[in-house]
Amino acid sequence: MDFDLSEEQGMLKDSVERLLKDQYGFEARGKYRAGDTGFSEKMWNQYAELGLLALPFAEEDGGIGGGATETMIVMEAFGKALILEPYFASVILAGGVLRHAGSAGQKSDLIPGIADGSLRMALACAEPQGRYDLFDVETSAKKDGDGWVIDGKKALVLHGDSAGKIIVSARTSGGSREEDGISLFLVDGNAEGVSRHGYPTQDGLRAAEITLQSVKVGADALIGSEGGAWPVISRVADEAVAALCAEAVGCFEKMHELTLEYLKTRSQFGTTIGSFQALQHRAVDMFVELEQSRSMTMYASMLATGDDAVERARAVSAAKVQIGESARIIGREAIQLHGGVGMTMEYAIGHYFKRTTMIDILFGDANHHLKRLARMDGLIREDA
Amino acid sequence: MDLRFTEDELAFRDEVRTFFREALPASIRENIVAGRHTSKEELVTWTRILHDKGWAVPHWPVEHGGTGWSPIKQYIYLEEMSQTPAPAPLAFGVNMVGPVIYTFGNEAQKSRFLPRIATLEDWWCQGFSEPGSGSDLASLKTRAVRDGDEYVVNGQKTWTTLAQYADWIFCLVRTDPDARKQSGISFLLIDMKTPGITVRPIQTIDGGVEVNEVFFDDVRVPVENLVGEENKGWNYAKFLLGNERVNIARVGVSKERIRRIKELAAQQRVGGERMIDQPEFREKVAAVEVRLKALEMTQLRVLAGEAKREKGTQDPASSILKIKGSEIQQATTELLMDVVGPYAMPYIPEDDIDGRNEPSIGPDWASTIAPAYFNTRKVSIYGGSNEIQKNIIAKAILGL
Repeated sequence: MDFDLSEEQGMLKDSVERLLKDQYGFEARGKYRAGDTGFSEKMWNQYAELGLLALPFAEEDGGIGGGATETMIVMEAFGKALILEPYFASVILAGGVLRHAGSAGQKSDLIPGIADGSLRMALACAEPQGRYDLFDVETSAKKDGDGWVIDGKKALVLHGDSAGKIIVSARTSGGSREEDGISLFLVDGNAEGVSRHGYPTQDGLRAAEITLQSVKVGADALIGSEGGAWPVISRVADEAVAALCAEAVGCFEKMHELTLEYLKTRSQFGTTIGSFQALQHRAVDMFVELEQSRSMTMYASMLATGDDAVERARAVSAAKVQIGESARIIGREAIQLHGGVGMTMEYAIGHYFKRTTMIDILFGDANHHLKRLARMDGLIREDA
Repeated sequence: MDLRFTEDELAFRDEVRTFFREALPASIRENIVAGRHTSKEELVTWTRILHDKGWAVPHWPVEHGGTGWSPIKQYIYLEEMSQTPAPAPLAFGVNMVGPVIYTFGNEAQKSRFLPRIATLEDWWCQGFSEPGSGSDLASLKTRAVRDGDEYVVNGQKTWTTLAQYADWIFCLVRTDPDARKQSGISFLLIDMKTPGITVRPIQTIDGGVEVNEVFFDDVRVPVENLVGEENKGWNYAKFLLGNERVNIARVGVSKERIRRIKELAAQQRVGGERMIDQPEFREKVAAVEVRLKALEMTQLRVLAGEAKREKGTQDPASSILKIKGSEIQQATTELLMDVVGPYAMPYIPEDDIDGRNEPSIGPDWASTIAPAYFNTRKVSIYGGSNEIQKNIIAKAILGL
């Protein structure tokens, strides 16, 4: 058992943290967000230069071959800086589908573009009626000559409005809540019949509702096997949850740091408010949640890339429960300890609170994952 | 970073697991499973079995009987022991006074006391808390006045766990009443048979007698029983309390209890179905399991960091282990109360004694559940209350 980062991992952490520290302050972030796309093209290109966009892809596909720990390092740093760029949507989600199910041709067509930053992708796997059940797919794909014609509505597609290409889940057979019969298709963002309604999310990022009306795609648009996409989707979702947990830990770390800073400088009744035991204990509660979240994120990252689907699902759900609960506790304490200024847009703390609240929702909130874990008999069993 | 156990650690885990299962007398195991207290004879028997194997004091230096295992292996050993479940070796000897003696004691003390701690020939108890000194331990008033080759001790200790069995007590006593309060304290080893010592049991709300008051009335203690230097006892006490926090998470105990909860919930029927099949109950259990897994990982992080820390210093983060560990232990006894239902009510203190012939009232496991629930309130109080732990974190880690 070894909790240390390797030398290369340590360097990765240093370089991404340095970049964000220099160029991703809270004020800079405000400017990036006010731009056309809602994020910084310049930063996006720097991520590409650092190799971050190529990180999880295999070397033979034009990537760097980073594993779960590398993704954890990067996502944690992104969380600390509260970045706006579509890294999660493009590299983790769409990239995850390509890594696990893409054909050699699809990989060589798409991964170099993702890795150099010229192609941004999105994954459209949720639907309005499905809540957190990604197998609840009513969008249909019907055979049309050699290709397919897709009809349906996809919900909350992260950065779906600016993506060049979108991976869409659609039903090729079976009933609307069956795990079998779901397929994944590559759709051009500007294809005829695709209408995208983009909007900002509470945390300052972007998402889109996407309607597909008789969208025609070729035979080569199918990613993976026909009707066999569910194991791919659930695997990508599990890895995505582990990445989100790491991002949340980065956010929590910063929230804790900002709150401590405030407690040590804000003066009332002739002394710093951090000298009050009632407030000290609340700051400790935040610290305990941060460390417990960090522990669970390490655990989930370790198991999220494993091949045992049930073990993976248990670990990931357990971590998401921890993160969701910690997000509530750390969020409410951080705002409370900041007092009035914690309620203002011009202070950073509230923005972290909003992002971690959205992270709880993404890919299933704490309630959803607690139910899932409970159905799988929990973590402690006769044999484990 | 690789959070899996190594091949070597896995093989070690199998070895200790197999040994514990085979070597622990079945009656001792059954008593623990049934929620009964382990008797003095049972603990002595088990300690001797461990000692014969060379595993009674694995964390001690090799020259005093330790094994030289890594912190992770020591953790695996304790984990497996509590999941067997087997009784833990008496902490007051092997985890508390033993390390103080081999770290700060003289050669005579080491050769006199350490072997008898390892075999439990000497049963030790802890004389720290006093009626007026709980969380504010350094305010203690028990006096030791030098008189020739002896100290004369007067005062009172309280919450002295299992003092009724003890051969020896290690005490914090005030040797310099004029010094600043932490500075005038010494660490004394006192034979419980010395004239002037009176032990009075305190019955706790569960009905059991684990703790006692110990009175000292002109108790004469040879100066050779002073550990280290006079008036430096507070340093040794801090060292001891730091060691105490390492094992205080009780991850293995809580794991074992969650297995027990699931096993019992499979036997209980509620509204025509098994309790274990009710989603809301499963979710309550799963919520505790999540917190416990996080605690286990935090524990391992603290242990892994220990190898890199200066010897004898503690990671202040170990306070997290105390806070979360005690909360989870309490949560598991709450779940047990949920499982047992109405047959938590009968109060049958005799059920704590093994081999009772009377038929039980309700399920034969039911009557020890409520006492365990009541008793477990103590875990967020002892060893530095959780509020004190928060003060430690606020000061030592957060810099507040």
